[in-house]
Amino acid sequence: MRFRNFVKNRVVSPEIDNIVDALPRQNVGTQGYDPWGLNLDTAKIGFQAVRWLYNEYFRVEAKGLENVPTSGRLLLIGNHSGQLPMDGIMMGYSIVTNPHGPRLPRTMVERWFPTVPFLGNLINSLGGVVGDPLNCSKMLERDEAIIVFPEGIRGSGKPYSLRYQLQRFGHGFMHLAMEHNTPIVPVGIVGCEETMPALANIKPLAKLLNMPYFPLAPLLPLPAKVFLNFGKPMHFANDAKNEGVVEQRVEKVKDAIRDLIETGMAQRSSKY
Amino acid sequence: MSESKKQPSKRKTPTRRKQTPKAAKAPNIGTLRREKILITGAAGALAKYVIDKLKGEYEIVGVDFRGLKALHPDTVDYEVDFNKRSFEDVFREHNFSAVLHLGRIKISDLDRGRRFSSNVIGTERLLRLALKYGVEQVLVLSTYHVYGADPHNPSLIDEDYPLKAAGYAQELVDAVELENLANIYLYKHPELNITVLRPCNIAGAGINNSISRMLAQPLAPCVGGFSPLMQFIHVEDMASAVVECLYKNIPGVYNVAPDDWIAYQDALQLAGCRRLFLPAVPASLTGTLASMMGRFAPPSYLLTFFKYAVILDPGKFDKTFDFKPVYSFDDIFAHYRAAK
Repeated sequence: MRFRNFVKNRVVSPEIDNIVDALPRQNVGTQGYDPWGLNLDTAKIGFQAVRWLYNEYFRVEAKGLENVPTSGRLLLIGNHSGQLPMDGIMMGYSIVTNPHGPRLPRTMVERWFPTVPFLGNLINSLGGVVGDPLNCSKMLERDEAIIVFPEGIRGSGKPYSLRYQLQRFGHGFMHLAMEHNTPIVPVGIVGCEETMPALANIKPLAKLLNMPYFPLAPLLPLPAKVFLNFGKPMHFANDAKNEGVVEQRVEKVKDAIRDLIETGMAQRSSKY
Repeated sequence: MSESKKQPSKRKTPTRRKQTPKAAKAPNIGTLRREKILITGAAGALAKYVIDKLKGEYEIVGVDFRGLKALHPDTVDYEVDFNKRSFEDVFREHNFSAVLHLGRIKISDLDRGRRFSSNVIGTERLLRLALKYGVEQVLVLSTYHVYGADPHNPSLIDEDYPLKAAGYAQELVDAVELENLANIYLYKHPELNITVLRPCNIAGAGINNSISRMLAQPLAPCVGGFSPLMQFIHVEDMASAVVECLYKNIPGVYNVAPDDWIAYQDALQLAGCRRLFLPAVPASLTGTLASMMGRFAPPSYLLTFFKYAVILDPGKFDKTFDFKPVYSFDDIFAHYRAAK
């Protein structure tokens, strides 16, 4: 707490301070934490670093932010890529600084993060939440916005040869959306594939280090220009009779994301 | 509730008695004959607050192996072991309407076998006697530790979440077993109207549980790289929760916690503790070094709670009993800071 305040007072600019202070905080308790571990002071320190990445390094262009509801439960569904979760971080920051109404979306993280000293706590306090359906349900019940990549590691860990090809989507997000009457905003992300193009996955090393994958890729993300396109909210009634119907609805979301990826590809003139 | 549908004839709910719970209790005040309640663990700090709240309204019989005449001179007290035959005499002599089972042998007090015997077998005997002597309401105090500190725990755990503690710590087996026992009686004998409360960390003046001991120490251990979220409830708020359960008599299992959260290391700093960082890996070294802290050492089971969060969803209890804790975290930690 003292160390965090020490760093915050020296690092965080008044602009970031104001941005975070203006965010809705319906689930934040008296000590600055929410029940999933988010700490607003730590988030300020994190956003200070992300701002430079967003504005200067990846030069993110976000379109369609007016489609993101400014309150109430929400699922933001995007295509996953780039080995590191830069897409989730960029998407999150764009919504935090949304001129049409900022809010702080939460991102789902791998289940092994909480077991890693320092990193697990840090990710939690920056807004990451263990990807557990119970966590998602509770967050939606409490009107949070959640970023979900239904491809999971199939998307983020895929080689560069499969760039912009959507991998299989899990159905969990659709069940949550239907059960909790939650709108889905599809998001097409272009550019993150080029931040860390992977030639291969070194599986024995990944197994040895107990990691989901170990890419043969640049050591640091490359400065590719990133385009985010937010689509119109999609609504699905809780009336699916079987999993086949759910799959059809998931395909509708995938089609919407494909269209948004094509829009992003048309917007960019060069990769870097 | 579903259990009342299955056996509607047995349970004596306030609705069945055709009067509101408050109305049922109100005639106690000022009448010649007041209802009698049995409180176990009556020499403990929580029981002290509960007795203070109830003594004007009920005749209270306290049971504790420590004895409690000095604490509560106006209550009838027994210094007795649940497993002894003489315990039944307490039920024979008094016609209890309710039992508040707040007593439990702490992990540090006895070895595992004797603790199991006292906490689980003793509670089983208590419930059998309550059944035999027609007690209409039983409250069992459990703990949030029964959920177990698992790194994959979701936040805001509901009451129907699996109890994983026994898989992580042998010391918590008796706590889980006590819960199982209470749940069996809850469904098998609905006429007992059993309420099980799973409170978060109880803290405040007089409380001497493990986490309270950590907060009271000048030097408190924590595991490097981990600062899990925790919830704390003031002992007086917890006593109010117990009293509300007694008044309203709505059987079931309930989490009791504030809708607020704080990281363990922040809590230590607010309580004025200096932190002693134990290495997180290897896990065996964490335990060895912790045990070398002598009188400042935490019980070994608590080390996993210093790494992984167990955050309760108090929504069911709050809605059912219209309950909100009065004391804030600042109030709770100010007590420990002032005592240093």
